[in-house]
Amino acid sequence: MTTTSRVDSAGGEPARADRGQGELFTSPDVEAARQAFRAKSKRLVDKVMPVADAVRQFVSNGDYLASGGFGGDRIATALLHEIVRQRIQQLGFAGHTATHDFQILCSGNGTGRGQLLACCDVAYIVGLEARGLSPHARRVVESGQVKLCEWTNYALAVRLQAAAMGVPFLPLRTMAGTDTFLHSAARRIECPFTGQPLIAVPALWPDVAVIHVHEADCFGNCRIRGTSVADWHLARAAKKLIVSCERLVPNVEIRRDPTATLIPFYCVDAVCEVPGGSYPGNMPYEYFSDELHLKAWLEAEREPLAHREFLERHLFGTAHFAEYLEVSGGQQRMDELRRQELQPERG
Amino acid sequence: MSIATGYSPIELMICAAARLLEDGALVVVGTGMPCAAAMLAQKTTAPNLTLLFEAGGVGPRLPRMPISVGDSRTFYQGLMATSMADIMETCQRGMVDYTFLGGAQIDPFGNLNSTQIGRDYEHPDVRLPGSGGANDLGSTCWKTLVITPHDRRRFVPRLDFVTTPGFLDGPGARERAGLPAGSGPYKVVTSLAVLGFDEASCRMRIESLHEGVSHQEVQANTGFELLTRDPLDTTPPPSAEQLEVLRGEVDPHGYILGRRAP
Repeated sequence: MTTTSRVDSAGGEPARADRGQGELFTSPDVEAARQAFRAKSKRLVDKVMPVADAVRQFVSNGDYLASGGFGGDRIATALLHEIVRQRIQQLGFAGHTATHDFQILCSGNGTGRGQLLACCDVAYIVGLEARGLSPHARRVVESGQVKLCEWTNYALAVRLQAAAMGVPFLPLRTMAGTDTFLHSAARRIECPFTGQPLIAVPALWPDVAVIHVHEADCFGNCRIRGTSVADWHLARAAKKLIVSCERLVPNVEIRRDPTATLIPFYCVDAVCEVPGGSYPGNMPYEYFSDELHLKAWLEAEREPLAHREFLERHLFGTAHFAEYLEVSGGQQRMDELRRQELQPERG
Repeated sequence: MSIATGYSPIELMICAAARLLEDGALVVVGTGMPCAAAMLAQKTTAPNLTLLFEAGGVGPRLPRMPISVGDSRTFYQGLMATSMADIMETCQRGMVDYTFLGGAQIDPFGNLNSTQIGRDYEHPDVRLPGSGGANDLGSTCWKTLVITPHDRRRFVPRLDFVTTPGFLDGPGARERAGLPAGSGPYKVVTSLAVLGFDEASCRMRIESLHEGVSHQEVQANTGFELLTRDPLDTTPPPSAEQLEVLRGEVDPHGYILGRRAP
């Protein structure tokens, strides 16, 4: 029951247990990354702009995209929607527990709008945790139109960590001995000090990342409450970063408590104020996830025609995120979700 | 719910799993039955059990079942809200006693598949989510518990895809691959039995049968030969206290208990 023989059929070459057979979609070249970070503006300038402008300016066809938060928790929904609205094509994507965010991006594949997703580093895709599998995401992935490379949640977090550190790889002790490793682009190495076998994962510098935060000032200094997931590293690994925030706060408020700053301005390219910007995802201390909406979305996906109608009504046919919120229940629904978040015992 | 026995198979699985968690331990849990089992243990036999969630939640006072392992309930009135890497690294450096995993398929060595049904990677019959954090947790937590319905579709001699390591292909394989020494599968709690692993061969072994279930029935629902013990124990049925806490406090809205086994 060894698993090493399995890759033969797929790859043609004999499987090598010391090397994953998956495709590496991004370069682990540290010097190129340093040049990109050198070229970034470090001026304390006002970066506030509308969502549509931020996406137009900082997301290009063929970019490699990463999305902050945890799939359906503190996600940059407004920015992801806009990427779909603007018909951005041929993106790479880092899917660490990508749930509703992946579902949104899949709306740009197989729906008559070209091909939004071209390749994906997978830790978790297609599912929405306890809510079940997304029929449309399954159609997109099973059709073979998106190239995949397997990883794990921790492996992707460590790839971002290596990028944030400015080193080409980091070692870890997971993935070893499995098909997850064989279908990854990781390598098996030996510890130079102990001889211990380790798994080396390459640094991942996304071309652009989108992260939703609680508070930001106009320069892009950001605060996140609750779990940071992988966003400390993601913010520092991304060559370009668009932040959406629940609230803009004055710079003096940031300076009042610098300990609370998770992302510094010099990592950030654009700041978009989007109250409710993680909806229908959960935003800690603000609003809970809209389970009814997520269920309706999943159910609409069962039938491609119903799915197109759903997307037309909520996403393709809405001009901006505020209109999506309005169509999805507006202020009344947000008030209910706020209650669910702040008084969870009451339900 | 069976009137004759007074509890459902799901309740039995959750109660049996809860008893396996030692007090004072750290456990990384997911949503659903594992979370219910850990909450039940906390409220009965293991009051000092600390729950960790892979997105960064530490030691919450769970107000109700989380829907996502990253939602705000996973750190509600918690001890810390940290990062995913911090949780995984706590496991990797050897501090976490238990994790709970599931999967579409499990093999005799406790390896798990949550990536795809069908052997062709380019053209799977069904694409499943993939590892998520399962591979990381199954690689680095000391003891991995699996909680799953028991049928031949799930208990297969060979996985379509090895997502998460159990004992790989037998004794010593984890260590040879570079996985932490002494870690690995611990128990498999199913709708029919509680199973463990033979120390010498690392193969799955029946440890106790649920009330009214025969050895033959367990074997008939398993796609490979199970080792056994003689005599076999009977899994203790849920206690009145366990059922009361489970129904009244852990899952009063029946999110888990009201659902049929997936």
